[in-house]
Amino acid sequence: MAATIPHAGRPVDRRGILIELGGTALVVFALTVSLVGFHIKDISGGIALDLRFVDVASAVAIAIVVRGWLILMRHGHHRVVAASAAAVAAVLVVSLLFGGAGVQPWLPFKAQLLQWLLAVLSAGFAIGSAVRMARERRPVLSGAGAAQDGAQDGAAPDEQAALMDRVSAQVQRNALWIGAVLFLAAAAFPFMPGVNLQYLDIAVLVLTYIMLGWGLNIVVGLAGLLDLGYVAFYAVGAYSFALFASPDSPLLQDLGWTEGVSFWLCLPFAGLMAALAGVALGFPVLRLRGDYLAIVTLGFGEMIRVTLLNFYSLTKGPDGISNIPPPSLLGYSTQSKMDEETLENTTEFHTAMGWEFDQADTTILLYFVILAMALATNFFTVRVRKLPVGRAWEALREDEIACRSLGINPTNTKLTAFGFGAMFGGFAGSFFATRQTFVSPESFTFIESAVILAIVVLGGFGSQIGVVVAAFLLIGLPEIFRELQEYRMLFFGGSMVLIMLWRPAGLLAHREPTIRMHGRRARASTGSGG
Amino acid sequence: MTEAAGAETRSGRDVMLDIRGVETFYGRIQALRGVDIEVCRGEIVTLIGANGAGKSTLLMTVCGDPRAAAGRITLDGVDITYKATFEIVRMGLAQAPEGRRIFPRMTVRENLQLGATTGDEEHFDGDLERVYDLFPILRNRADQRGGTLSGGEQQMLAIGRALMSRPRLLLLDEPSLGLAPMIVKQIFEVVAEINNAGTTVFLVEQNAYHALRLADRGYVMANGRIILSGTGEELLANAEVRAAYLEGGH
Ligand SMILES: Nc1ncnc2c1ncn2[C@@H]1O[C@H](COP(=O)(O)OP(=O)(O)O)[C@@H](O)[C@H]1O
Ligand SMILES: [Mg+2]
Repeated sequence: MAATIPHAGRPVDRRGILIELGGTALVVFALTVSLVGFHIKDISGGIALDLRFVDVASAVAIAIVVRGWLILMRHGHHRVVAASAAAVAAVLVVSLLFGGAGVQPWLPFKAQLLQWLLAVLSAGFAIGSAVRMARERRPVLSGAGAAQDGAQDGAAPDEQAALMDRVSAQVQRNALWIGAVLFLAAAAFPFMPGVNLQYLDIAVLVLTYIMLGWGLNIVVGLAGLLDLGYVAFYAVGAYSFALFASPDSPLLQDLGWTEGVSFWLCLPFAGLMAALAGVALGFPVLRLRGDYLAIVTLGFGEMIRVTLLNFYSLTKGPDGISNIPPPSLLGYSTQSKMDEETLENTTEFHTAMGWEFDQADTTILLYFVILAMALATNFFTVRVRKLPVGRAWEALREDEIACRSLGINPTNTKLTAFGFGAMFGGFAGSFFATRQTFVSPESFTFIESAVILAIVVLGGFGSQIGVVVAAFLLIGLPEIFRELQEYRMLFFGGSMVLIMLWRPAGLLAHREPTIRMHGRRARASTGSGG
Repeated sequence: MTEAAGAETRSGRDVMLDIRGVETFYGRIQALRGVDIEVCRGEIVTLIGANGAGKSTLLMTVCGDPRAAAGRITLDGVDITYKATFEIVRMGLAQAPEGRRIFPRMTVRENLQLGATTGDEEHFDGDLERVYDLFPILRNRADQRGGTLSGGEQQMLAIGRALMSRPRLLLLDEPSLGLAPMIVKQIFEVVAEINNAGTTVFLVEQNAYHALRLADRGYVMANGRIILSGTGEELLANAEVRAAYLEGGH
């Protein structure tokens, strides 16, 4: 380090660099020591603490090296970074591919995936600095000198933001095409080669969250009401559904019914109940604004959960309601008969079709049900934005006083937004119940609300495709990377922080006008006539 | 033309908006201290006064936000003192509020559509054309977001949006604020045009010269009280008004 010459016109601030490196090390240490450093494992007769300080040390070392690379790049030493990062990447790749078990103890982490991510990261640094090196050559040759690189470096984040803005504008403009392609891809997904039950399950989960995101987007994105208790409506939907669909439900047993009600009847009922819950909550609290509304909705979410937990005679409390059947198809049950004695006199779909029962088929059915439900939510949102009520929602988000002075009744407008948002939450809850075949209050904790809200925020308030991308990032990726165990949460938090730094308004935050006239020229010609 | 029409109706004392002894508070700060104002059908009435006199507060109090703590406000003989804002607006009153308060992330057309919230579907296209004819620039900006308009265009949009509800009484709060003289002139011309078409106008202004020239009658407000009233010409000629509101500016 001492040998490196200060770059033209930019003195090296050694103390600053040391503080920066030390700070990085400290932050990473503080984060990893609690999250990764202690691992609780089950041993016979209790649990034990597994101390993993090697992992912590590796994480800190890696953070220091990466930060060092960043500092070097900032000072224009791209060559050093390119060379060292390429070397690290090469060593990692070679030892991962050919090293076998003997090398493993020498590598920084135990999880294979982490080693690979590290290799990719180093390779990224090597390529990035090489590109910059090449880019800086040109001004040097043309005589502009190194003074420019400062400006270039400084402009880079702006350039990136502008690029992303353009991407999101482009996405919005071509929403129809992108939507169509996504739809076709989604429809074909279960039949693609290489798609196994695990991927299908993840897809169903992601779609559920997309639907929840779209539903919450009505409340938060369109109407601008910060709802931290959306999970309450998810729960009301799930329990309303379960209470009528499951033959084990205390309610049906009280009524003396031995069979559950069909999915297709319970679904609208659950949506209605959730919408009613939304209106019932909305009525007293919608006078509150911003933070206060958020706090009350948060409380409502907890109230619902605690009620479900304690209203034992109706909900069976923590035991939950089990035995919820999957959706029926054309009047036939889709359950396998093997695990059901109560269904003796019903005909199953697979018997009617002369198929063997296959768990994958049920999952495919679930996949298409949630796909249809999510699309219905999206269709509703897209349509309603063009109707007076949807426009009033958006206007309310922008300026409540102006809305009132235009004759909009803010309370009713908010209530409809809350009610519709809750209704879609209720539908999603029904689906959750039928998919899990079991509901219990545990599934409806605050963290669910937080994740759904994170999807909406990350996607960019009000952006429909943004929600899809965000749901994939927040729900899909962690599921796919399940083998990373607790590191997942580090990635989750880390990527949230990065995205909020990089795109504080959300990934695809960009609102195009929802209404277009027939083009500029047509308008100009009719305009001069009037 | 407007003056003649105004005089006629005034002789018949066809009072449309009647503000009597209105007092308004912001917490413990009293902003209005017993205000009496009459606006007759067909008139342009202006309210002038220095910054902080309470003009905007009066317009907002007429709309019910904040509420009058004392006094009575009637519109066409109906007591609206305690009515909800949106109900008052549905009675045929519209306001282009202070600061314009257009919806910045929505297009010009959407803003105008929101103005028509209380109106009939069938009038919409005609009303939209009428607003575009009054402010042709809005037609060219129809698909542009409100927030990207210039100040003058935003003011036009705010007035146009208020007109979309076909108000019988239009409240304008400082439409000339921060605008170039050319645009101010244009906006005052449009206000006269709107009035000629049969809409009563209550205009709050700091730009006293233009406002008093345009108006049939005017009121002068200071510290939450009406200190002077009279016809536009009377007030323009008044020494006190000249000293306080006209000298230096024009
Ligand atoms: N929201 C508010 N909260 C507290 N005081 C306010 C508020 N709005 C206005 N005021 C006060 O009320 C008085 C009248 O204000 P305003 O009606 O805006 O005056 P004008 O429109 O004539 O300039 C001022 O003293 C102002 O400071
Ligand atoms: Mg004012």
